[in-house]
Amino acid sequence: MASYDGPQTLFDKIWRNHIVASQADGQQLLFIDRHLVHEGSFHGFNKLKEKKANVSRPDLTFGIVDHYAPTRVRDISQIDPTIAGMITQLEDNCRANGVRIFGLNDPRQGIVHVVGPEQAITLPGATIVCGDSHTSTHGAFGAIAFGIGASEVAHVLMTQTLWQKKPKPMRVRFDGTLAPGVGAKDMALSMIAAIGADGAQGHAIEYAGSAVSSLSMEGRLTLCNLSIESGARCGLVAPDETTIAFLRGRPLAPQGPLLDRAAEVWRLLASDADAHFDREVVIAGADIAPIVTWGISPEDSLPITGTVPQPDTIPDEGRAAHAREAIDYMGLKPGMALTEIPVDRVFIGSCTNSRIEDLRAAAAVLSGRKAAVPGLVSPGSSLVKHQAEQEGLHRIFIDAGLEWVDSGCSMCVGMNGDIVPPGERCASTTNRNFKGRQGPKARTHLMSPAMVAAAAVTGRLTDVRDLMGGRA
Amino acid sequence: MKPFTNLDAKAAPLPFASVDTDQLIPARFMKRSRSEGYGQYLLYDMRFDADAKPIADFTLNNPVRAGAEILVARRNFGAGSSREAAVYALVDYGFRCVIAPSFGDIFSSNAVNNGLLPAQVSEEDAEELLNLLEGGYEAIFIDLDACEIRVANHVFHFKIEPVWRTKLLNGWDDLDLTSSYGADIARYAEADRTRHPWLQELPD
Repeated sequence: MASYDGPQTLFDKIWRNHIVASQADGQQLLFIDRHLVHEGSFHGFNKLKEKKANVSRPDLTFGIVDHYAPTRVRDISQIDPTIAGMITQLEDNCRANGVRIFGLNDPRQGIVHVVGPEQAITLPGATIVCGDSHTSTHGAFGAIAFGIGASEVAHVLMTQTLWQKKPKPMRVRFDGTLAPGVGAKDMALSMIAAIGADGAQGHAIEYAGSAVSSLSMEGRLTLCNLSIESGARCGLVAPDETTIAFLRGRPLAPQGPLLDRAAEVWRLLASDADAHFDREVVIAGADIAPIVTWGISPEDSLPITGTVPQPDTIPDEGRAAHAREAIDYMGLKPGMALTEIPVDRVFIGSCTNSRIEDLRAAAAVLSGRKAAVPGLVSPGSSLVKHQAEQEGLHRIFIDAGLEWVDSGCSMCVGMNGDIVPPGERCASTTNRNFKGRQGPKARTHLMSPAMVAAAAVTGRLTDVRDLMGGRA
Repeated sequence: MKPFTNLDAKAAPLPFASVDTDQLIPARFMKRSRSEGYGQYLLYDMRFDADAKPIADFTLNNPVRAGAEILVARRNFGAGSSREAAVYALVDYGFRCVIAPSFGDIFSSNAVNNGLLPAQVSEEDAEELLNLLEGGYEAIFIDLDACEIRVANHVFHFKIEPVWRTKLLNGWDDLDLTSSYGADIARYAEADRTRHPWLQELPD
């Protein structure tokens, strides 16, 4: 075993705790504490069947229906049979292997990255994987959480371990405080615009600074969720009293004296003062404005007060070509004000922004107002939906003219049939404005829930600060 | 897995940045079984129009590029979704190597797990390779041991994580390696039950 003298980062400490074996070439075999599977994990289960192998640790594996979950009807006999087949396939694979399943009609069903924290499947100091790139979300609890492919899903199912080469440590510090109308989504998009969509490839990001520690768990989840859009496979925040308070009393969290013992360990999970980071990025919280994307990559982000870039002024050939391609796909004109861009519909949902706080932020803008365009609001889990209804938020969305539907990945990825029609433009709280992501030829503008609500009210991209007079 | 040593093959230029995995295989095709072959869905919305007719000026529809096994693209190739189906689509189509200035981390590890080489070059070299292909050159020679790309008299160096290079050169599968560590895994889990019982034992 190598020696670990010297200062350590938070990431180092969790990584070190999970090493089962090391190879001379630097690869290490890591124990995986939590493995989340969804409908798309069928390739992994098929590999397991081919090898006639069993799930090694069904007690540490959790099945959750989300990617194909229908949002308007929960009776599986009423939906497209190929979509229904994806859902029953997961439920059957989990049952056959003794894996806990949060099925379509389970009152706790929801998006895997919302349900994990909600049920306290996600815990500080854990290693968490899932065949979904937004697994980085769970890093908000001070866990090493990352997305994996189907071959790796099969490997974890069979062995509860993964071979990994340790990524390089990187720290992104958000100092100071955020301005009103600015939140975690704006922090993440500003960072991605600054470093690029491949800027953090090969790195694990630790988020630090006063603007991060003052975020709620919901905000930290949004921030860590978008780590993958900067190229980092994972992002994490050191656990603190906010983290521990969130976990207390949740179904799968340790209880009583065991929670006290765990909390003592979690409080030690922080980077040492003189720990080394390969890269450090510092962003002043006060400088961040509400952000929207104008193009086809999350790095194509600008403050809402900005204008669409002019490709002819970009010296780099590849980057100029990308800007032209993006402007053409998005149907925009170089130099036009972002606030001149009309939208056809809105979507509030996804593992990025569908938690109770996100719904409250959107409802605060929409309260007493009508939406100028149609839209869908899909809460992140069935429990979030229930809570929002207890708070009366659903009435605000419905009265504004938006559809209030069930929980799932929905229009973020379009697998369940919730898509943006070809050529239409959607203001969306999701994570990817890729070409065709929300449906063939669909055009996506990413922004925060409050900004989507503002776009709904005016029918164009809008600075939410102009609609906030006297509102939260 | 088949070892990857050298490759002397036709190449197709794909002069776009951020060709994400949603573009490599759109989500609507992902319900299918791998046994049907995913190659037919590769870059579907770039290859075909709304009526499913091939788009004439797209690189993979150019007869000159038929049988290409190497793809040359701009930065941030394979970003986004962890879907291994994106790699299945490339491999089932016949690709064995993608050359680009940067790759999504999850895409790269999926690629290596399927014997597809993600060869990282500088942005300048990617532009030069694209220019050479568009200027009439059709084939590229790749030497994985030397990490070299050769086109006519031009030699370019590429980077790949040494662990992945070894894995590709030998055609190794992670599961074969892990099978000898069963006792270590059991020992780890047992020790962690004492250290972190909340991670190893969950309430019902």
